[in-house]
Amino acid sequence: MSFIDRLDAIDRRWIFAMMACAVAIPIIVIGMTGVRFPEVPGPTSTAAFEAIEALPDGAKVLFSFDFDPASAGELQPMANAFMRHLGQKKAKVYCQTLWAPAPPLIEDTLKKCLLARNPDLVYGVDYLNLGYQAGNEGVMKVITTDYKQSFPTDAKGTRTSEIPMMQGIENTSSFDLIVVVSAGYPGSKEWVQYVVSPTLGKERPIQLVAGVTGVSAPQLVPYFPVQMKGMLAAIKGAAEYEFMVNEVIEAANPGRPLPPAFMEAQRRMAPQLFGHLLMVGLIIVGNTIFFLKRRQSRRGGTMGAAA
Amino acid sequence: MNQKQTWTVIFVVAAALLTIRSFTGPGMAKVYVEDTRVSLKQSGEKEVDGVMKPVYEAVAPGTDGAIEWTAQSQVPPRVYYAAEAADPSQTAIHLSASRTIGVWVAALLTLFIFSFLYRDNPFYKFAEATIVGVSAAYWMVVGFWDTLMPKLFGSLVPAIVTANFMPGLEGKSDYWILVPAALGIMLLCRLNRGLAAVSVIPLAFIVGTTSGLKFVSYVESDLLAQTASTMKSLLVAAPAIGDQPSTGFSMELSIKQALLFIGVVSGLVYFFFSVEHKGVVGKTARVGVWYLMITFGAAFGFTVMGRIALFAARCEFLFDDWLWLIDPTQNRVVVETAVASVNALVGAMASSPWMPALSALGC
Repeated sequence: MSFIDRLDAIDRRWIFAMMACAVAIPIIVIGMTGVRFPEVPGPTSTAAFEAIEALPDGAKVLFSFDFDPASAGELQPMANAFMRHLGQKKAKVYCQTLWAPAPPLIEDTLKKCLLARNPDLVYGVDYLNLGYQAGNEGVMKVITTDYKQSFPTDAKGTRTSEIPMMQGIENTSSFDLIVVVSAGYPGSKEWVQYVVSPTLGKERPIQLVAGVTGVSAPQLVPYFPVQMKGMLAAIKGAAEYEFMVNEVIEAANPGRPLPPAFMEAQRRMAPQLFGHLLMVGLIIVGNTIFFLKRRQSRRGGTMGAAA
Repeated sequence: MNQKQTWTVIFVVAAALLTIRSFTGPGMAKVYVEDTRVSLKQSGEKEVDGVMKPVYEAVAPGTDGAIEWTAQSQVPPRVYYAAEAADPSQTAIHLSASRTIGVWVAALLTLFIFSFLYRDNPFYKFAEATIVGVSAAYWMVVGFWDTLMPKLFGSLVPAIVTANFMPGLEGKSDYWILVPAALGIMLLCRLNRGLAAVSVIPLAFIVGTTSGLKFVSYVESDLLAQTASTMKSLLVAAPAIGDQPSTGFSMELSIKQALLFIGVVSGLVYFFFSVEHKGVVGKTARVGVWYLMITFGAAFGFTVMGRIALFAARCEFLFDDWLWLIDPTQNRVVVETAVASVNALVGAMASSPWMPALSALGC
């Protein structure tokens, strides 16, 4: 058996082992040294950053956590960065979710990213957790006309009509911006279809920025920049946005060190680099083997025909 | 060595390494919590929908007539180390057995799932069945408390639901809810072979309403809005910079718009099968194929990125939260501990009587 044949018949578990090393070794090295890769923000991430940066103090922002713990590895860094940026902008944050497993993620994000740096914020006045509501796009259709009908109570069971922050909130048009971090259905696509698109061409179209998984990013790119003001695509988008948010927060709080927990997305770019290099290498090797074997078989076929 | 022996060796080695890791240095996979005593006392009553309801306020722990409980919040190990260093007899911050077991369970289930990459095995089956069972139970509980209780029972018997289960719920009767309730029950008729035909009616309702909703939204957001974005001038004006008005056209944006236009037209031609793909049509369709291939490549690249991100997150959990090999969030300050240990070792060597002899030997 030649070397090419042996490579062609390689056990797929060797590929898994190589990928495990390509991802695990950079994590250990980065975890021990604290080194991080430089980020150059792309247009979609920059647009998302600028959309939030343009908000006035006290702007009302609806933040929908439409993902579950299974995709938190990719999306939680985005949610963290969005929440920290909104806290920095002193926005009034209204958290909600259309995914049943998400309520603990909202609690965790509020605690770590908003309240840890702004302990004076008051629940119901500065931030609000409206919890989960079943109904997928049905909920979206209802909140475009009457928000309190879909969310009669907050996550703690308090009537929304009695909460100070909810005074003046009629429907989705009452918010200055909608931020959606989504993993699938219902997610950013449905928000564009049912909430944003009906307001296009109107006097005050709804502004939406989204953070999405790598799997769903390609089908959402066409919505940028008309139907979606900004988009964080996969962990790369999260790292770019996190980098910009960290710069703003560091500039606004000189002398106050940035917790390393808020460099989560940038840390995860090193395993991305080596994982992708391995994939590119494997594709090149696979194609080389394919063409070499095809040439071999053609030669064999020609020789056979001549014989 | 057969499969059974291989697995036995792997497990014995892993167990030995974990045991050594658990009892060296600061250990591993420990979760600490801080106890906080919460104390509430009734301060009065307020009227809600004609019903007087008690109002509570926070009071000092130990106050007569107060309702008290202990709330636990997770703290990083470094907070526990600092508290122990300041007062070794403190009990407010302590190890949480249940949460520590939780980290171990999460780590082992992660490894069980990863073991499928080697081959199908009972550990993988166990983890898979656990996830399916836990998910089903979670959805059942969420479905009951977030849908059935507030929407169905809250509309049929609002007074009972508001008084006993959900005090914040608006207490209004709405018997129209019986229609979706009946449709829901009809859907469950699928479970009975004799009544299975009944389930077609709610299914038809679901398909009809969903397609109606989707049709309008797709036309609005994906057909009209996307067509409008495509049908723009190929010469794009340069964006205005600050107060300066736009001057001339932008080469970069114009090329992007032209590429977008070519991609849309050639992609549509590729899917137009009423004309044979020959000549100009064939060449345009060929360009469309290239666009499609680039799109698939980008989608594959994004998918790989997503999967690696998820794998990296699990690896970080195993190395950081479970094994305590790395500390990227500086939750345990083990780096400082390690540096301090190395410094202490270097100091001890420097002051040892062997040092002059080692220096003479060039060490």
